[in-house]
Amino acid sequence: MRIITAEKIKDAIADLCIEANLVLRRDVLLGLQAAYAKERNKRAKDVLKAITTNAYIARRDKIAICQDTGLPAVFLEIGQGVKISGDLNKAINRGVAEGYKRGSLRNSIISDPLSRGKSGYSPAVIHTEITRGNKLKVTVLPKGFGCENKAQLKMFNPTVKFNEIEEFVVDVVKSAGADACPPYVVGVGIGATADYAMLMAKRALLKPIGCRFNKLEKDLMKKINKLNIGPMGLGGNATCLGVNIETYPTHIAGLPVAVNISCHALRSASRTL
Amino acid sequence: MKKINTPLVKKEIERLRAGEEVLLSGIIYTARDQAHKRLVEAVNKNKKTPIDLKGMVIYYCGPTPAPRGKIIGSCGPTTSRRMDEFTPALLKKGVIAMIGKGRRLAQVVQAIKKYKAVYFLTYAGCGALLSKYVKKNKPVAYKDLGPEAIHKLEVKDFPLIVGIDAMGRSIL
Repeated sequence: MRIITAEKIKDAIADLCIEANLVLRRDVLLGLQAAYAKERNKRAKDVLKAITTNAYIARRDKIAICQDTGLPAVFLEIGQGVKISGDLNKAINRGVAEGYKRGSLRNSIISDPLSRGKSGYSPAVIHTEITRGNKLKVTVLPKGFGCENKAQLKMFNPTVKFNEIEEFVVDVVKSAGADACPPYVVGVGIGATADYAMLMAKRALLKPIGCRFNKLEKDLMKKINKLNIGPMGLGGNATCLGVNIETYPTHIAGLPVAVNISCHALRSASRTL
Repeated sequence: MKKINTPLVKKEIERLRAGEEVLLSGIIYTARDQAHKRLVEAVNKNKKTPIDLKGMVIYYCGPTPAPRGKIIGSCGPTTSRRMDEFTPALLKKGVIAMIGKGRRLAQVVQAIKKYKAVYFLTYAGCGALLSKYVKKNKPVAYKDLGPEAIHKLEVKDFPLIVGIDAMGRSIL
């Protein structure tokens, strides 16, 4: 058994919250640059330029890429040979609060969804997974709510036609329109159960965009980029920077499809302990 | 590029055209979901609002706290659509311009037309960049709302695109 202290996990999470919110992911930056090179619409080009300038300023001046620093999702992949000493849940939430305070990030979390109440820095939403080995991988995804609000799930019949699934994904992007900061990155979860499909759709956003493209991802991206939503919703080819799909076996009676859209400021950071 | 200053006057607003890019200097106020709810509650009860709504420019924004030595943190626009149910009541009371991101409902477009107001867009998801145009920042109302408090911002050449003009024409 390899022992990792909760304290060490807390420190890592605090650092990752700051890194994710201040330094735009390299694959996203490259995606933006590729979109800029391909874009013909002048206004769309101007907006894409502003977005990359924003990422540069955020990194240089240590200021959040976006004011919506999200309700952070924390993903833990815990090797089964790891023993954690101390209170893990407390450590995660203390790490988030510490990182958010230290990084001048926004306290957007309210303690009760109905009575709302005062906003604070935690708790995060925590997803854990047991893996092989004796390492622990921590990932922080501080996703903003402008785009989280556009997530959708559809429980299809198992006999659904392929193109109906595509239509659904494209429609989710269409209904997000200009509202959720296009160009988007589209996470899709196909299969499993309702809850797990939603988790896969979000987790798909962690995969680097623009690599390991399968045919469905490519086709969807082409269709979405024909919607002419464009950067800021003012028209153009760059409606999405990438489509990432995760799949899982499912039941004979169904075919869940979940879509989780990310704004262009797709932020995440990982560390392996 | 055209430059405009607060206080904005109706005549000037009516000359703006959907799609036109302008640079705004002067005073704007941040207000988002909960601040809108409170302002409209006050209006409905005929109570005095903490800010004079007449001629007010509202920015749908909840900035991050200012890092040490800086005026403001990241301060980009939030989704305007969530404010739609409150907007007509505020326009009726004299709010003259709004800054945000994304589309508006038909009832808001109608109200913009009726009261000769304007809806501006600004660079969405670019809060670090936009912080450079803010010269002063002070929370002035509903401070208990934390990131949703109303801040009075003094801006210089804040970049905007006319999203919906006073004739109700929209580029979205």
